[in-house]
Amino acid sequence: MPENQLQTILPVQGKGLKIIRNARVLVDIEDIELGRQGVTSVIGHNGAGKTLLLKLLTGLIRPDQGVVTWNGKAPWREGYAKLGYMKQNAVMLRRSAKANLEFVVRQAGLDHITGISRAKIALEKAGLSHIANTSARLLSGGEKQRLSLARVLIGEPEIVILDEPTAGLDPVSLRAIENTIADLRKKAIPVVLVTHDIAQARRLSDFVMFVDQGKILAHLPADEFFSIPPCIEADRFLNGIM
Amino acid sequence: MSDNSNTIWNAFALVATFDADLYEIILLSLKVSLSAVVIACFIGIPAGAFLATVNFPGRNLVNILLNAMMGLPPVVVGLILYLLLSASGPAGVLRLLYTPSAMIIAQTVLVTPIVAALARQSLEELNTEYSEQFKLFGLTRLGALSTLMWEARFNLLTAVLAGFGRASAEVGAVLMVGGNIDHLTRVMTTTIALETSRGNLAVALGLGMVLLLISLGVNALVYGLRLLAGRAKYA
Repeated sequence: MPENQLQTILPVQGKGLKIIRNARVLVDIEDIELGRQGVTSVIGHNGAGKTLLLKLLTGLIRPDQGVVTWNGKAPWREGYAKLGYMKQNAVMLRRSAKANLEFVVRQAGLDHITGISRAKIALEKAGLSHIANTSARLLSGGEKQRLSLARVLIGEPEIVILDEPTAGLDPVSLRAIENTIADLRKKAIPVVLVTHDIAQARRLSDFVMFVDQGKILAHLPADEFFSIPPCIEADRFLNGIM
Repeated sequence: MSDNSNTIWNAFALVATFDADLYEIILLSLKVSLSAVVIACFIGIPAGAFLATVNFPGRNLVNILLNAMMGLPPVVVGLILYLLLSASGPAGVLRLLYTPSAMIIAQTVLVTPIVAALARQSLEELNTEYSEQFKLFGLTRLGALSTLMWEARFNLLTAVLAGFGRASAEVGAVLMVGGNIDHLTRVMTTTIALETSRGNLAVALGLGMVLLLISLGVNALVYGLRLLAGRAKYA
């Protein structure tokens, strides 16, 4: 295996990050670091810049100013094998559910037999064995999200970043995904969870990052954040006030 | 009325009795058109993929030109190739004029922009959908491109079919560079034009029926495949 595929990507850091569009500052963050053990919930209003921030840190887009580093270096292609980023809307390959998983394993350089075996186990864990041969694009919203999460985890990432993984899901799928997050926490794999569901953030989080108008206004232990909101914006958000 | 009935009856008879001359023309037509489509795919699909995924200055201009070339007038293509391939032309030394190879070149010139433009369009749409995900998969540029093409396989099939449709129906360019020479460069479309002018309508009609059947068969096959793939959400 190439050396840069073995290197850790943690910590994921951003310094002086700025994105400006049409004179509007979408992201303005001095310093951010991901990789702390436990579940960090990223919360904030729609359009606050949460997804944009994650796309910056995962190297999907480049900042207008500032730098993003993984383990002190610029993001590198092979590093993506260790970064489990589940997008807001799952993008499935035009293949069966099983083939979607096998594809990721093959990209990691593992052989065909290992790919089949890992995909089978991942489908069982996600409770999706019965739809293994169904086209991934025919699955329900909940099944797609569970498959998408299985696809993220099959590469055994060092950090898992989930962008609203349970939005619009039925209770069964929601429970399945929350259980997986709890398992990752037990395995000491850092999880970053973007959510609008305050109850979910309360249930799952060790830390909370509150984002408003492209800025991180608070990054605190969850108990502390929820017991005494650290700023007026966070207080208004928690109370459902714009 | 009776003459028309006889013509239709004779046309059926020629096709049904496997008339040797007729089938020689049909086979040459298929050989020329399929060769042109295969070559056009080897050029057009990678070109379409490049235009769909790589940003460079003047890309929009190239796209406009490519789309415009989808409607290249066959007689103009025929004339230009005639000038190039004729004995006094720059490629005259190759002695390709009035050979099936010249006809393949002419059809390739007409079909390649169609395949490339349609491939670009469908690959561009899919690339918008997949580009971030491919990056997250850690794919190389080549890996992303080959995966993209596999994901677009049914759309690309439609592009190939459109190319085949253009090639098999083409008459002007192949007539000019092929010469419509009996047992050498005579294909279905040129024979239909010739035999109609001669008043030999049975042969023209027989070939017309075969041409329509081939076109219908290929379209039905691709339509069926796309329908099945669409139902199973693979397209």
